Amino acid sequence: MVEIAVFAVCAAIILVGAVGVIAARNPVHSALFLIQTLFGMAVVFISLEAHFLAAVQVVVYAGAIVILFLFVIMLLGVDQSENLNIEPIVGQRFIAGVVGVATFALMLVTLTGSEDAITGQPQATGALGDELTDANNVRQLAETLFTDYVFAFEATAILLTIAVVGAVVLAKRTQGEMLPTPRNTLEIREEAYQARIDARAAQLEANAAESAAADSASSTGEADADLVEASGTGDETDGGDA
Amino acid sequence: MEITANWYLILSAALFSIGAIGLLIRRNPLVMFMCVELMLNAVNLSFVAFGDRLGDIAGQVSVFFVLVVAAAEVVVGLALVVAISRRRATTTADDLSVLRG
Amino acid sequence: MIIQTLLAQQAPVEAIDTPAIDWAILAPLLIMSVGGILMLTFASILKTLSSSVWSIAATMISLATAITVIPLWMRVTDTENSATSTLANAVAFDGFSLFLTVVIALSVALSAMLADGYLKREGLEGPELYVLLMMSAAGGIIMAFANDLIVLFIGLEILSIAVYVLAAMHTRKLESQEAGIKYFVLGAFSSAFFLYGIAMIYGATGSTNLIDIKNFLAATVLDDDALLLAGFALMLVGLAFKVAAVPFHFWTPDVYQGAPSPVVAYMASAVKAAGFAAIIRVFVLTFEQYRTDWQPVVYVLAILSLLVGSFLAIVQTDVKRMLAYSSISHAGFILVGVQAATERGVAAVLFYLAVYSFMVIGSFGVLTVAGGTGDNAHSLDDYKGLSKRSPLLAFALMIFLFSQAGIPLTTGFFAKFGVISAAIDARSFWLAVVAMISAVVGAYLYLRVIVTMFFAEDDDSEEDGADGEATTAEPIDIPLGAGIAIAVCVLVTVVFGVWPGPIDDLAREAIPRLVAESAAVLQIGN
Repeated sequence: MVEIAVFAVCAAIILVGAVGVIAARNPVHSALFLIQTLFGMAVVFISLEAHFLAAVQVVVYAGAIVILFLFVIMLLGVDQSENLNIEPIVGQRFIAGVVGVATFALMLVTLTGSEDAITGQPQATGALGDELTDANNVRQLAETLFTDYVFAFEATAILLTIAVVGAVVLAKRTQGEMLPTPRNTLEIREEAYQARIDARAAQLEANAAESAAADSASSTGEADADLVEASGTGDETDGGDA
Repeated sequence: MEITANWYLILSAALFSIGAIGLLIRRNPLVMFMCVELMLNAVNLSFVAFGDRLGDIAGQVSVFFVLVVAAAEVVVGLALVVAISRRRATTTADDLSVLRG
Repeated sequence: MIIQTLLAQQAPVEAIDTPAIDWAILAPLLIMSVGGILMLTFASILKTLSSSVWSIAATMISLATAITVIPLWMRVTDTENSATSTLANAVAFDGFSLFLTVVIALSVALSAMLADGYLKREGLEGPELYVLLMMSAAGGIIMAFANDLIVLFIGLEILSIAVYVLAAMHTRKLESQEAGIKYFVLGAFSSAFFLYGIAMIYGATGSTNLIDIKNFLAATVLDDDALLLAGFALMLVGLAFKVAAVPFHFWTPDVYQGAPSPVVAYMASAVKAAGFAAIIRVFVLTFEQYRTDWQPVVYVLAILSLLVGSFLAIVQTDVKRMLAYSSISHAGFILVGVQAATERGVAAVLFYLAVYSFMVIGSFGVLTVAGGTGDNAHSLDDYKGLSKRSPLLAFALMIFLFSQAGIPLTTGFFAKFGVISAAIDARSFWLAVVAMISAVVGAYLYLRVIVTMFFAEDDDSEEDGADGEATTAEPIDIPLGAGIAIAVCVLVTVVFGVWPGPIDDLAREAIPRLVAESAAVLQIGN
């Protein structure tokens, strides 16, 4: 019973956090929701008897990675809100939904299709002990890490070196002017963007005039929708200028 | 009712899907990276749940490697964002459209 | 004293039996990765050295890696059963991994030669690019040797993360950095899918080691293989992203257009080779038993890549984007060989990867030089009259494009012939037909570039004044390193185009195998 309760609470924490990450307008909020998900995950790890991983999860993810995120957000001052009411590319959300739902459906069908979907050979690499104290768990992990996975372990050294070199190369201040982008694409695009905003504003004015003239109840909803859209556009313009 | 490995795996699948959807709909690269973290965490949960069900340690060891990879990816990804935003006022993926064919 | 008492109180700790290591097998990997780290160290101390030194050093280290393979190759082809594994079966030692190691090492050597002139022209700092190239190649070699899904994943990440940085390497060019971040986001997305697939396969088989997985699948009849099949699907998505197969190709044109041309040369050759190494070792070799399940998917991927790659390439007006789409269609051709899932198909794929590396590096080498400062002059108009500004470059690009089109007497012809005949052998007739149609469409596209280079006049020049015009068009300087690299690629493409025997023989001997270490060695590991 306790197990069910723990699972339900953790699942709620994890999923709410995950939805929060993708739905929050402000990246700082997203990062905080991410921490929520990661903590929920740590508790789930404990209930799955992966005690050491639970600790690592909190220390490395919440303690290092999310802090790095927050640090960069603050460093760049990009903590402005992003308007989520406007779909940037038509059909993008539909495609995203299809990809997400398809992945989830695939797993759901896979797991619920039969009584026992997990067909793997038990204890192929090394047995998990019955009475898992923390020390035992750590020792088992270490043994497996330095025997069966020792090559992968060594290879991560190259990975970390690359991460360091890459970060230094990219973040280093560069001498010299930026090269011009070809055919002034940027300017053309910005003009087009400004034109679009002007068109929106004009349309909004026209709509407002129309609704003022014909004050029928039916047009109110439409005008409201336009207002929301228009304020959204305004936000984005602010963001662009900042 | 008992909580079996399948429950954890379905939770993991939901988390993975949310991360995938988020990565595809959001335009802020920082939030996109967070969505990658969500997806990798979902995989971690799968590994641990499989390991628990099979009584095998390899699932937990795999999570270590995922952790390292996630850290390395975040470092490089954030460095890229810093590099670009040095030169541009805003960083949303929509602004990144010099490349078009 | 206290410490000793404390130590004495501890329960006796048995030492962990670490697995035996066959250092000779790891030699190519060690040379490449340690070479990269040493160069990083020296570059930070010797800052005043000319950047050409680092280019030469990187080329030498890569060639040394390739040369180390020779004694190993002798060892593996010595007797029938010389293939083995080491390091607790995590590292495979067979002809397949050695062959791809050479392909990757030579790609690095050639790209490093191209990069020298590029860096000087663009005024960029040098050593980091070479360091990242070599580290990335170390990741590719790890993938070629990987006998374990986790090792494969780490190799893939080493390869990819370095390439994300390399794509964004031109720090003064916005397109380059956009290319980097686009590649990064989509690459991380696909890596997550790949990893999820690994988790599924772990759940379905209980191990991440390919030998264990194959043994388990051979010994057990799965009542329910849904989890395994889900793993196949997710892993294929991840790997198809890396080799740029349709419908997972969106990043390719943008990244190829924006990234520095020498880096694109490396991406199109080594990254693709490593991606296919993973596909062959995991699917063709390990999941051979389940090939009726994954073959149809690869079939569809191949057809889509062939058609979309060829037809979209035609409408491009930017030569770099055009070559990006053509690389998608080449991925389709290679998938045709993978789909056959036979030894002959694998040999055809290896042959294709080897010769394609040379022609694609050569092509992007010419683009590197012809692109001019800023690496921007890549529209079809910019290539008008290239034959007058630099006859040698135009001639070289013509050879590479002929080869990519599969014209006889070039290596490209035998490469395409190999994969198509492997497909016919495996009775995939429709796939072979689509491949041939795609080859014909592709030929039109390459001829269009060639015609532009040789016959299209600049707007104000007269047709009959061709010789006189040559003086007005400004000639292009070819840097020495790039010149050598392009010359090598031309030679390989032409010589082995006439006489493909040696590469073909090597490709046929480079059979992938899954062989566990001898039982005695295994005991130490466990």
